Amino acid sequence: MQRFPVIGVLALQGDYESHARALEQVNAQPKMVRTAKDLEQVEGLIIPGGESTTFLKLLEREELFLPLQQFVRTRPTFGTCAGCILLAKRVTRPNQQSLGVLDATVERNAYGRQIDSEILTGPTSLPGGPLEMVFIRAPRIVELGNSVEVLAQREGSPVLVRQMNILAATFHPELSHAYGMSKNGDEHISDNEDEHPDRRVHRYFAQMVEEYSRQARSGASEAHKHPAQTTAADRE
Amino acid sequence: MTNLQSNGSANRDSNSGTNHGLRLKVGLAEMLKGGVIMDVINAEQAEIAEKAGAVAVMALERVPAQIRAEGGVARMASPAIIKEIMAAVSIPVMAKCRIGHFVEAQVLQELGVDFIDESEVLTPADELHHVNKHAFKTPFVCGARDLGEALRRIAEGAAMIRTKGEAGTGDVVHAVKHLRQIVKDMRQLTVMSEEELFAAAKDHRAPYELIRMVAQTGKLPVPNFSAGGIATPADAALVRQLGAEAVFVGSGIFMRDSTTLASIEEATGRARAIVRATTFFDDPKVLAEASAECTGAMKGLAVAAMDAASMMQTRGW
Repeated sequence: MQRFPVIGVLALQGDYESHARALEQVNAQPKMVRTAKDLEQVEGLIIPGGESTTFLKLLEREELFLPLQQFVRTRPTFGTCAGCILLAKRVTRPNQQSLGVLDATVERNAYGRQIDSEILTGPTSLPGGPLEMVFIRAPRIVELGNSVEVLAQREGSPVLVRQMNILAATFHPELSHAYGMSKNGDEHISDNEDEHPDRRVHRYFAQMVEEYSRQARSGASEAHKHPAQTTAADRE
Repeated sequence: MTNLQSNGSANRDSNSGTNHGLRLKVGLAEMLKGGVIMDVINAEQAEIAEKAGAVAVMALERVPAQIRAEGGVARMASPAIIKEIMAAVSIPVMAKCRIGHFVEAQVLQELGVDFIDESEVLTPADELHHVNKHAFKTPFVCGARDLGEALRRIAEGAAMIRTKGEAGTGDVVHAVKHLRQIVKDMRQLTVMSEEELFAAAKDHRAPYELIRMVAQTGKLPVPNFSAGGIATPADAALVRQLGAEAVFVGSGIFMRDSTTLASIEEATGRARAIVRATTFFDDPKVLAEASAECTGAMKGLAVAAMDAASMMQTRGW
């Protein structure tokens, strides 16, 4: 019988609803997380896009910073855009505080302002070919530790990376459409906007969560096993 | 690294559909959801707003309450002020152009502002036409009082809708009225037959395709925010509970009344409390705390006592 992992979405601000919809589409159960108590009830967590400065203020004021830091050190966590900034060990432009788990230096608004936002298609090691990537006032990973695996790139720089229990994207996989399926020449809003969402990144994360939960269930002797050692077939 | 293509380059999809522009515009609006956008008139206020947790600031020369008190023609802010504010904060910066004034919009896009508000708070520049917002790469937000007005703006290319309310009053009554109207109009569409939808498009003076989309989803195809008279944490939570996905606060944070500024401590406290109330909008315990943290509120101007000619919300067509 299929299990549906409960995956939290940090819902202080940002596009948490888009992530919740994406999780439903990969058969996970989304749960909005606004308090430390909410955090105890989830198997993995997504930190969505939004404003990283706003996240930090609210995390501090609500005394959620330390419980969240504790969570992301050991549990599957996926940060997109602002979430990626929060997970990085070093943040520049301007320097700011972070949860400090991903061995990377991330530069905020590295490509410019909204006018420089872009939708690109780039190479990925996820099965299924090139990935459409939506960059909105995006950060850039300017340095990356050796233990971090690169899963997708933009012009040679890493944009989707994994380090043990941490997955991070500088773009917005929750807004990705399937490659080559975008409607042509239609500048107006059309219905079925979500007709062809590309859910490969969320599926990958849901599988990460599944692997961690499975290991946790199978006991302490298995708990230290590096989940990245699982085979590609496991991730399918 | 495995399976990465050897050239490692990303492709710009310049030929695979121009709706990318719209997706990027709506995408930024999505990122602002659940947050507070604050009106600021200088770098100092912008920094206070950012520190308080604002998701964006609206760069202005005068806040709506001052515009209302001082009268005269209200225009786009001076580029010097906008640049100063853009340099002061790392969060998105918005700025207002007059209704229909596409050249002010061109200037704002050139300055690199992240969002343009084609706003009724400024004196309209065109009595018939709004800006063709599809012609811009910068996203636009527009005000609306009902569903028809919202959909007309979306047809023109708006990537975000906000209620108009009555700006600069500190009286939330018309933000509530407009939000309830939009939500009610949408709910009615969801139970209509095909034939009724054609008639509804006529009644709302809105494109049929957009009417049909709303009938199917029960919501606007772009984020739906609230503005106009929001002055307290409880006001912010009220519009959030009524369905607004984020909140604009104008004069309510930095003004004591329509001509004098609040003290920095007062403004900081209000800004932080309104941010908190917007996030925890459905948690009365947090709302009680946020309301207590908030010292004083703008004196304000009751909308019911105003004459129709001094209302800003009737601007826009």
